[in-house]
Amino acid sequence: MSAYIDDFPEEAAVIRAAFWSSFVALAIGAFFGLIQTLHRTDIVRIFDSTDYYTILTAHGVFMVITFTIFFLVGVFTWAVTTSLDRGVESLRFTWSWYLLMSLGTVFTAIPILAGFVDSIDMSADVLFTFYAPLQAHPLFYIGLTMFVIGTWLAGADWFRSWWAWKSENPSERIPLPTFMVLTTMIMWYIATLGIAVSILAFLLPWSLGLVETVNPLLTRTLFWYFGHPVVYFWLMPAYLMWYTLLPKFAGGRLFSDPLARVVFVLFLLLSTPVGIHHQYLDPGISEGFKFIAMTNTMFLLLPSLLTAFTVVASIEHGARQRGGEGYFAWLGALPWREPAFTGMALAGLMFAAGGFSGMINAGMNINYLIHNTLWVPGHFHLTVGTAVALTFMAGAYWLMPQVTGKPLASKPIALFQTVLWFVGMTFMSNAMHRAGLLGIPRRTAEPQYEGFEFQAAVGSVAELDAQVAIGGTLLFVSAVLFLWNMLITSFNRPTETLPSNVIPEPLSGSDDSPAVLDNLKLWTLIAIVLVVLAYSLPLASIVDRGGLFGPGGDAFPVRLSPTLVAQLLVDTVQEGLR
Amino acid sequence: MNIHTYEKLWLVGAMLLIVGFIATVTYGAVGVGVTMIDDSEETIDPTQLDEDERFSEPRVEQVGENEYDVYVVARQFMFQPDPIEVPAGSDVTFYVTSADVIHSFSVAGTNVNTMVIPGEVSTMTVEFDEPGEYGIVCNEYCGSGHHAMEAMLIVQPEDEFELEEGEN
Repeated sequence: MSAYIDDFPEEAAVIRAAFWSSFVALAIGAFFGLIQTLHRTDIVRIFDSTDYYTILTAHGVFMVITFTIFFLVGVFTWAVTTSLDRGVESLRFTWSWYLLMSLGTVFTAIPILAGFVDSIDMSADVLFTFYAPLQAHPLFYIGLTMFVIGTWLAGADWFRSWWAWKSENPSERIPLPTFMVLTTMIMWYIATLGIAVSILAFLLPWSLGLVETVNPLLTRTLFWYFGHPVVYFWLMPAYLMWYTLLPKFAGGRLFSDPLARVVFVLFLLLSTPVGIHHQYLDPGISEGFKFIAMTNTMFLLLPSLLTAFTVVASIEHGARQRGGEGYFAWLGALPWREPAFTGMALAGLMFAAGGFSGMINAGMNINYLIHNTLWVPGHFHLTVGTAVALTFMAGAYWLMPQVTGKPLASKPIALFQTVLWFVGMTFMSNAMHRAGLLGIPRRTAEPQYEGFEFQAAVGSVAELDAQVAIGGTLLFVSAVLFLWNMLITSFNRPTETLPSNVIPEPLSGSDDSPAVLDNLKLWTLIAIVLVVLAYSLPLASIVDRGGLFGPGGDAFPVRLSPTLVAQLLVDTVQEGLR
Repeated sequence: MNIHTYEKLWLVGAMLLIVGFIATVTYGAVGVGVTMIDDSEETIDPTQLDEDERFSEPRVEQVGENEYDVYVVARQFMFQPDPIEVPAGSDVTFYVTSADVIHSFSVAGTNVNTMVIPGEVSTMTVEFDEPGEYGIVCNEYCGSGHHAMEAMLIVQPEDEFELEEGEN
């Protein structure tokens, strides 16, 4: 009965470093998020609108690449070492992937942030999606590549631990948390192939001037080949915590080990062959391929619906262990004063809402109405912005003491913080969804136009703007409170009275799981076959139509060149004269 | 494998929901006839639009009694032609391409919405029942002046509509 740091002090140091890298990104990302909500809604505009896109790029990259992935490599290291009950095979190797990821982040951040300084001729205002022919500085692509290779090595580290453990425990089932990490990483290896080809074969040589043109539809399709499974890469560590920690916090244990394994296998199989659903409105891809992506996407709902059942059932079991009774009265017996529990429960609740708006996005024909409107960021602020981010923050309230040996600085403030995030997101996301229905676009510095106004059927655009700004402000305050709590915790005195780092055995244990579920080679093979089926024909068709390097076209480095500034001025004057 | 009865019921319910979603989308495509933007058009060199018969002069063209073609070029940071004027109650087919980066062509508050990718031509056929004025926005980030990229779509009453010669 001991805390994580007592058993694995060296690994705890790596996890702390990963968490802090994640929190620094969260701090910058949250600040930029606040600026965006105030700028878009025309409440406070402290930056020029052309700089909005630098801020937006930084917000996207720091939040969904740096914040999420640094945190999850920490969680995965914790999960593997805890469930195998063995340290990493080589600390030097573990530190080396952490350093590679850090260096990659710095390399990516330099050209993005240089976008603020006009005197430096370097920029990467290409947003998180970096669609060609918008072109970033080569350093941006190099940094991303290093970061991804760092995550590949991290995966290799966890596989190494498992292989070493397996040779000593040949007849044992893979412990559930390790199983979750391994299946997630196989999915990640398959998914990142798309971005690796896109960057190494096309975008990087093109940004260095080695090739003249790229095929914008091809690099865009390769991005989305990666762009959908990456959301499951963010989500799987949250699921891991919902399956392992949340039932424990509730006072019970996981309902079913077999179903948990089925869920992770389904995510491995179905996360990748769906990316074309982000391209429903792309010319150059036939309706048939879009239809296939749509059906795959709908089946991807299944593992999340199964998770909803298992997690709620596990929580109810915990509540009944604590003396809860009745059909719904058991909810009152749950530990609502524990920020780690409440944060994850609220995150799960909001994920249900995000799931419903996601079903709209996935509906091929209704997607016309909301594609690239503010509805879409409204949706993913419920999923990655709450289901993932709030679960990570809630998880940190339990994990940070485990890896530091120090008690949480303030539990009441932590509890308040999780509720504040929920309330802030309710305002912001709801208003964003509604604004999307009016056709208000996403990714725009000034969604106020000269020639027309958006018409709200209920309420008004001003009311929606106010909700977005209020929500964004509450979220920023919530992020600050979280970071403050983490900082003070790090300076706390060590304590001997931390809860023990034990993950309770599921009610229906691994003995009930068919052995085939642990056959990772089989699932990898099927996952690859599904990807080949879903992608070989669309990619062949795109290359056949437009060529590997596209039908021609110039590169558009996103720098503020003098001609561009001049053209903007001319446009503005013309508008004024009209 | 040991699966709880409630869990089995939930599983069946979830599958029914999924099949139901697929069925409604399929009905939308086949029954209602909402077609997807597809690969029906040839690729085109975005730097050579001046020499293209359709896009050298972006315009509205009458091609049948109640049928109009609209050729639109999206570029940093405008749409051509602007405004686009079409009659109510006709089949209007938009052909949209980009001269530079990825844009979108999105008529605010309607489901007329497509990505515009350099090298590709997006087509869609729509009918506007009522006369009115609609804003057209680019809803894909296309560079530092993205927020200034807009145009107007004016749907004229059927009996008042007149196509100007050489309009662009």
